[in-house]
Amino acid sequence: MKYSTKDEQQYVNCTLSGPVRVFVKDKKIVRILPLEYTQEDDAKPWSITARGETFVRPNKAGIACWVQGSKQQIYSKDRLLTPLKRVDFDPNGERNPQNRGVSGYEPITWDEALTIVANETERVKDQYGPSAIAVTGSSHDSWGNIGYRMSALERFWNLVGCTWIDHDPDSWQGSYWGAIHSWGFHWRLGQPPAFDLLGDTFEHTDMIVFWSSDPNTTSGDYAWNETDHWRFHMKKLGIKFVFIDPHCNYTSVIDGDKWIKPKPGTDVAMALAIAYTWIKEGTYDKEYIASHTVGFDKWESYVMGNEDGQPKTPEWAEQKSGVEANVIVALAREWAKKRTTLAGGGRSGMGHVMRSSYGHEWSRAMVLLMGMQGLGKPGVNYYSTTGGAPADWDFFFPGYADGGISGGSAGPKDLGPRGFPKRATASQIRQRINRACLPECVIKPPYTWRGVYGYYGQSAQQQFTECTFPFPGYSEIKMIYRQGASYIGTMMETNRFARMYRDPKLEFVVNQTIYNEPEAKFADIIFPVCTNFERWDIGEWAKISGYSNKLSPTNARVVVLQQQCIQPRGQSKPDYQIYALLAERLGIGEQFTEGHPDEMSWIKRMYEVSDLPKVISWEKFQKKGYYIIPPKMDKKPAPALRWFYDQRPIDIPDKPMSSDRPTNRPDGLARLSTPTGKIEFESQTLKQFDPNDDERPPVPHYIPSWEGSESTEILKNYPLQLISPHPRFTFHSQHDGKTLWNDEIPHHRRLINGYRYWVIRINPADAAQYGIKENDLVKVWNDRGVVLCAANITERIRQGTVHSYSSGGGYDPQGEPGVNTTIDKGGTINQLTSSRFLSKNCAGMAPGSCLVQIAKWTEGEV
Amino acid sequence: MAKYAMAIDLNKCIGCYNCQVACKDEHVYNAFPPVAAEQPAFGQFWLSIEEREQVWNPSHIKVTYIPKPCQHCGDAPCAKAAKNGAIYKREDGIVIIDPEKAAGQKDLVASCPYGSIYLNEEKGLPQKCTFCAHLVDDGWQEPRCAQSCPMSCMYFGDVEDPESKISKFLAANQAEAFHPEYGTKPNVYYVGLPKPHLSGTVRLAEGNECAADVTVTLTGPDGAKRTATTDCFGDFDFKNAPRGACQIAYELAGYATQSSPIVLDKEITFLGEIQLSR
Repeated sequence: MKYSTKDEQQYVNCTLSGPVRVFVKDKKIVRILPLEYTQEDDAKPWSITARGETFVRPNKAGIACWVQGSKQQIYSKDRLLTPLKRVDFDPNGERNPQNRGVSGYEPITWDEALTIVANETERVKDQYGPSAIAVTGSSHDSWGNIGYRMSALERFWNLVGCTWIDHDPDSWQGSYWGAIHSWGFHWRLGQPPAFDLLGDTFEHTDMIVFWSSDPNTTSGDYAWNETDHWRFHMKKLGIKFVFIDPHCNYTSVIDGDKWIKPKPGTDVAMALAIAYTWIKEGTYDKEYIASHTVGFDKWESYVMGNEDGQPKTPEWAEQKSGVEANVIVALAREWAKKRTTLAGGGRSGMGHVMRSSYGHEWSRAMVLLMGMQGLGKPGVNYYSTTGGAPADWDFFFPGYADGGISGGSAGPKDLGPRGFPKRATASQIRQRINRACLPECVIKPPYTWRGVYGYYGQSAQQQFTECTFPFPGYSEIKMIYRQGASYIGTMMETNRFARMYRDPKLEFVVNQTIYNEPEAKFADIIFPVCTNFERWDIGEWAKISGYSNKLSPTNARVVVLQQQCIQPRGQSKPDYQIYALLAERLGIGEQFTEGHPDEMSWIKRMYEVSDLPKVISWEKFQKKGYYIIPPKMDKKPAPALRWFYDQRPIDIPDKPMSSDRPTNRPDGLARLSTPTGKIEFESQTLKQFDPNDDERPPVPHYIPSWEGSESTEILKNYPLQLISPHPRFTFHSQHDGKTLWNDEIPHHRRLINGYRYWVIRINPADAAQYGIKENDLVKVWNDRGVVLCAANITERIRQGTVHSYSSGGGYDPQGEPGVNTTIDKGGTINQLTSSRFLSKNCAGMAPGSCLVQIAKWTEGEV
Repeated sequence: MAKYAMAIDLNKCIGCYNCQVACKDEHVYNAFPPVAAEQPAFGQFWLSIEEREQVWNPSHIKVTYIPKPCQHCGDAPCAKAAKNGAIYKREDGIVIIDPEKAAGQKDLVASCPYGSIYLNEEKGLPQKCTFCAHLVDDGWQEPRCAQSCPMSCMYFGDVEDPESKISKFLAANQAEAFHPEYGTKPNVYYVGLPKPHLSGTVRLAEGNECAADVTVTLTGPDGAKRTATTDCFGDFDFKNAPRGACQIAYELAGYATQSSPIVLDKEITFLGEIQLSR
């Protein structure tokens, strides 16, 4: 019989990097395709005509390679197929916590596993109180508004009670701890809006400076290969692309016109020299400075050297950064002359610089440079080319940060007023932990940091809170419940986490996850979860909402009824169902489900409270599986900060929900959410907090890194700077270490002697010095850990710096876990990064500041 | 009868590797007799990606990603090397390894100069790209690699139909074969293969400042002149630079014109800093 795909069933699903069409035959997935928008009733493509060229929206989703490889991930041999118990864990006898990470596991039944977990939860609550249970989820082990961690996990644990382990803006630390104090946007965690900037750039921009920005890699979070079309079109329009990054990054090698490579940690020096050149040559927007900003005189005083006797000349910056003074001057002049947009970081966030020591100083300096050139002027924007396509933001469909069935904790609560859920849940326990210092809180409390409890987007001032663990009278942590598994991989100095899990203080550890990944191996009980291809859900591609309200880096808003394609593999279950079963055992079944018999009932309810019923019937949505929300092309574009430039009331679709510093005061004047309503060269908030804070002064300063090119002592043993940005071929650790097809991409892992090693990039001059050749195995180490990698010798990394991506998911200790001298064969680069925060008052991670030593490594060596 | 071919626009390739992975998605765990046996989960690349990293100069590195499916050669060496007609060219131009007849013919792996044939060790079977013939026969417009490409940079179709996408693309672009020296008449065409490159950066002698707007004229061995203008950094470049004995001249108003002979004998030439004096 002739083969035909017409004999197969087709389903639609959505992932964290794009919507897909899934073909199934005999209950098995045959193939997975990026979704095409070519059906008769799909929204017609929008187009933008500018400078005589027309850009037309592509007609299919630009998914990521790991999504294209989902079939291998679904059928991965590393899937967990039964509940597991650590062999030497006995809840009624010896628990052997010291063997976590080493001992094997035995399969148990769901009934046994649920009973142990329910009993332990009750026991710990009875003995110590609910604050003894620390809970967190991972970003993002699945996609879909019902099953996501902010939904099911939060609802369940809000009802049970726990100490939440807080997620923080750790992908864009500098924006949060820095830029907020220059331009506000606290409700967007310091990141700027990008509304309608695609068209504005097409029409008006002459040059884009990508500073620590690799949109081809970070893409704008979840859009993946959606935005390259735009940059190719920009190149066609003659827009010049300049890249500033120690690594000639993936965008630069296809789109770049110029690569400038400062030493890591010296970017602020370069920025100051650019400002110096503009001031000296009078090539900044003085009228704008007068009308739109405050405190320029203080900045000028620092830049010109009146404050500290050191003019920040290009020659001074050359000494710091290694970038030739004449190149800095040439860039400054062109920047002032042409309509220049700054892409500071990935989604105007991300990028290794803002995740480095004093990354907040860089983020503020970036805003201030744009402040000197009339930010908001046509073509003069802060825009990473990863958002701002035409979209209808009047159309409501929630994103994951709206909180699904939990009621939401992360920003605008748009679902609640629509009656979803009937009863919102909220945390009952005030004690919380910053995840970056979870090991310290667990192992050696009390522990303090200056930062935030709970949701980060409420005000600029909340980040000044002196946080302590434990709260007076609350319990220390006795139990950890983890959904998904990525701390060992994504957090800093991750041997700390291995030590934490093996600490006898932790009486019970649960991991609820899809894969037998490194962190699961530290649990006492493991619940096996199915992927979102094996259950129902509903979600919009790349839709965050909450702290990134109405942001989409995609070409189209695609809402997907995520159809169950196959039965859950083995005995795995959806996260939601696991919580429902536990809730029943804990006597809160009805409270958890609100009477919904299953996920589909919640999904239909979410459909009903969204704007979907206005445009597509439930029956049709069920059958078709998706809906593309057409943009209103007759609506006049409102580019992100044009209102501010024009001094009109704010007109973008996203306004702050909190009353911290309202931008919409009755006087109707254009106001940013800074105290003065203007761009603040001298931050009023920081001045009020501590005018003498030498690590984050009111005016941003160049402060040499505590672990960088000027760290003479550390350099003696560890002479190379390591940068480890967001990875190109996995999203966090989700798509690594699971026997996947991206393992065969030579930028990601390399097969050497039968093992797939993580890749480190080394400059040829350094490689020659160390006698390292292409595909040699390399030992990379410092006092915090030892990691094996495969060498890629390339001019793409500046001499003296090595580059290896963060977030490997393959932690594979060749000895006792958690010991800093134990070799990790799996490439967990974050073993090496420091757990020191950005600066003393900013509890954000700083992996970009890391010194290491390397050596060629031979198999068998210790 | 259609004649199928593929054209790949490397200028639009972003190196996402979706094509390589999509091929595995289609052929791993699936067999499509009689045109394809199951592809092993790892180690075979019916579409592989060859990368060329050209360091044009210290501030400009260009990577070209070259997706390499089977070239479905018009004069396929593998077909000639195969016994019992184990490899044959269909009327529509697609070259197929018969999974039954080819079993045991391990030597066929070496017959392909492009390295596009892989050995299935377990079955002793040579295997390769089929242009997803089972899908083409089912009425699909393109193989999986092309469908998965987010940039739609792979054009597949009937080269004898002037209205087909591929025919229009080939008519509008200067396409070429990859390794034409193999002489196998490949049916995969490329636009944007790496070319020789010439660049330099011009400075003003006083202060060594970057010299913008300098007119750089390159006279090729054949006497043909090409010009470039330096940008704000003083940088200029000539893509697809000629080879051989050339003359290069730098002109900027107010400065003495400089001219010198250069011999372009390497793929990449970076002239370094050129100083202009008044």
